[in-house]
Amino acid sequence: MTRIAIIFSRRKINIESMNTSPSEVEGIHRFTIVINVTEDVVRKLVRQIEKQVDVLKAYFNTNDEIIWQEMALYKVPTDTIAEKAKVERLLRAYGARAVVIRKDYTIFETTGQREETNTLINVLAPFGLIEFVRSARVAIIKDSKGFHEKLKEFEETAPTKHIIREEITAEKAAEMDR
Amino acid sequence: MNTTGVKESKIDSKKNPNVVQTEELSGAEAVLKACIAEGVETIFGYPGGAIMPIYDALYDYMDQLDHILVRHEQGGIHAGQGFARTSGKTGVVFATSGPGATNLVTGLADAMIDSTPLVCITGQVFAHLLGTDAFQETDVINITTPVTKWNYQITDANEIPEVMAKAFYIAKSGRPGPVLIDITKNAQLQKFNYTGYTKCNHIRSYRPKPIVRKEYVEAAAAMINKAEKPLVLFGQGVILGKAENEFKAFIEKAGLPAAWTILGLSALPTDHPLNVGMLGMHGNYGPNVLTNECDVLIAVGMRFDDRVTGRLDRYAKQAMVIHLDIDPSEVDKNVKADVPVWGDCKETLPMLTSLIKQNKHEDWLNKFKDCTAKEVEVVIENELHPTSEIMTMGEVIDQLNHLTKGDAIIVTDVGQHQMVACRYAQFNQSKSNVTSGGLGTMGFALPAAIGAKYGAKDRTVVAIIGDGGIQMTIQELGTIMQSKVDVKILILNNQFLGMVRQWQQLFHEKRYSFVDIASPDYVTVAKGYGIEGNSIKQRNELKDALKKMLDHKGPYLLEVFVGKENNVFPMVPQGCGVSEIRLK
Repeated sequence: MTRIAIIFSRRKINIESMNTSPSEVEGIHRFTIVINVTEDVVRKLVRQIEKQVDVLKAYFNTNDEIIWQEMALYKVPTDTIAEKAKVERLLRAYGARAVVIRKDYTIFETTGQREETNTLINVLAPFGLIEFVRSARVAIIKDSKGFHEKLKEFEETAPTKHIIREEITAEKAAEMDR
Repeated sequence: MNTTGVKESKIDSKKNPNVVQTEELSGAEAVLKACIAEGVETIFGYPGGAIMPIYDALYDYMDQLDHILVRHEQGGIHAGQGFARTSGKTGVVFATSGPGATNLVTGLADAMIDSTPLVCITGQVFAHLLGTDAFQETDVINITTPVTKWNYQITDANEIPEVMAKAFYIAKSGRPGPVLIDITKNAQLQKFNYTGYTKCNHIRSYRPKPIVRKEYVEAAAAMINKAEKPLVLFGQGVILGKAENEFKAFIEKAGLPAAWTILGLSALPTDHPLNVGMLGMHGNYGPNVLTNECDVLIAVGMRFDDRVTGRLDRYAKQAMVIHLDIDPSEVDKNVKADVPVWGDCKETLPMLTSLIKQNKHEDWLNKFKDCTAKEVEVVIENELHPTSEIMTMGEVIDQLNHLTKGDAIIVTDVGQHQMVACRYAQFNQSKSNVTSGGLGTMGFALPAAIGAKYGAKDRTVVAIIGDGGIQMTIQELGTIMQSKVDVKILILNNQFLGMVRQWQQLFHEKRYSFVDIASPDYVTVAKGYGIEGNSIKQRNELKDALKKMLDHKGPYLLEVFVGKENNVFPMVPQGCGVSEIRLK
């Protein structure tokens, strides 16, 4: 965990969020890390991560290539909600679910993408949002087949075939011919 | 503490399915058995509270393991590095917890950046005391994470054989690096059923070598065949890959001029006709200037350090770049490669050689000769045959070359003397240059020379050190005394922290801020340690003094006073491109 985190901190790259979770294969953990950098930088980072002895494989994807969710919790005074029917309507509209209801406060939960969880903050703010917390992002790569198959390959002693690299660019080759 | 639980039987059955015999062993003994099984003969270390069980066990293994008691853990780890560099094996270092472990950090960082294989064992407080701020407790694993290739804490002796095997495998395979294993005292003391030691040769999450992609090798060969002005840059990858012969065959077939990084030095003999000299900030004129004139740049086992490239946006922009490296993360890191040839150069170089055409590139090689002539005239002649009254560093190295004939191992520290020694020292065989390149650790040379000698016992080891660096690890004279390590210590004393002074002169209007360093009488200091020595100021004494040093049986210290305000040239000033190299 430290080994991964310091790859970013060493380069002064801010981690937007980081989640660790078990994967479909026992003994393999999946890290989901969100950063906002150029592709060139992310390529280099991915190689640095993959270089770590305990890392099986590192992928990088843009938002378009993944399904992702975050979860948020909102603590709101119960009396406000009880009094104002409008709040109830809003919560329904945003798909929020009450997790705990106490005399003094109620905790709602929503799951969704950043804009969705953010909008609800703005909506609830006028009614006295006591506390807000959001989880790290979890994501699944759309066209990934998972680790069951991959693992067989990793157990082999042959060197890896998977290195991210473009082919020689056509223009450079043309330059050479001149 | 001995358990016959599930965990143990799991390890046993996995490693040795047919095992019938087990012996009861302490964790400490298992560590030493692992070292012996890995062929370790020499260990550099320093005892202390948390590693005492290992030292206690060592008492019984003295006939099989030669332990060198150093004077400081930093000295121990630099010695381990020196050993690894001259022997081509893995250096092994023992240290205790807390300060013992933190004293290793500089050496770990040095070994990490210079890809030196090390296995460091540190003691740790009892597992039940972890996190309690116990005496000599420090979070070694987290402190050393960024400066180790891999590290691991053991709290149960049952893990020791497997983890040690992993440690040695990781340190040496692929791109080598330092590994640190932290073992709590309870695990060292713990008795467990030892079922033997199995070397590790595979870790599923670890790929030491990328697969060689034939299409890239072919593309590289095609590019080299078309090239009119090719230039090869080689680094330590050639030495680490034990590919010196393959490399020579490669450059000789196509007549490729080859320039070296400071860590690549000695992979190709100095007097080889295709050796065009040193790259980088204080490198030779030709390879620097012509980097920006070549049409194909072929980098072999080097990582385009900023001291080599100068300003990247003015670096070899006209050239197609072929990069051979075992570490995929190095390709495209600093200089974008047009053709990446991933893999061990021991494999990729012969593949390339078989595909390239015979060539001579005479006109192009003559350009290097012209550059050399210019550099000789402006810089080298004055450095090697000065008219000044006071000696230069260059002439000392030159005189040393005449006496050693290029057969000695040269260990250098960091600073002006390092640049001068690397520029002018002669080398006939590989693994002969030991220096701190990437990290630039002053104080490296003296302890590294101790290790270098153990790594190559029948070769002459000369440690060339400045008056600044020697004072950083001078305590290791104690190690040299006690273990009778036959190293020749050559101090080039310019009575300044010379490299910093040079920068202050050139870039800070001669504001000599804290570079005026005083020295003790080194000969007297050496005498206190029972080491013979001499100090000279006159040119006419030089040859005899050097000869006496080299002929002396056992360690010897020679101090040579050189010009106080001499500068190292050529120089690529920081922020300039390589072709803006200054000759004066």
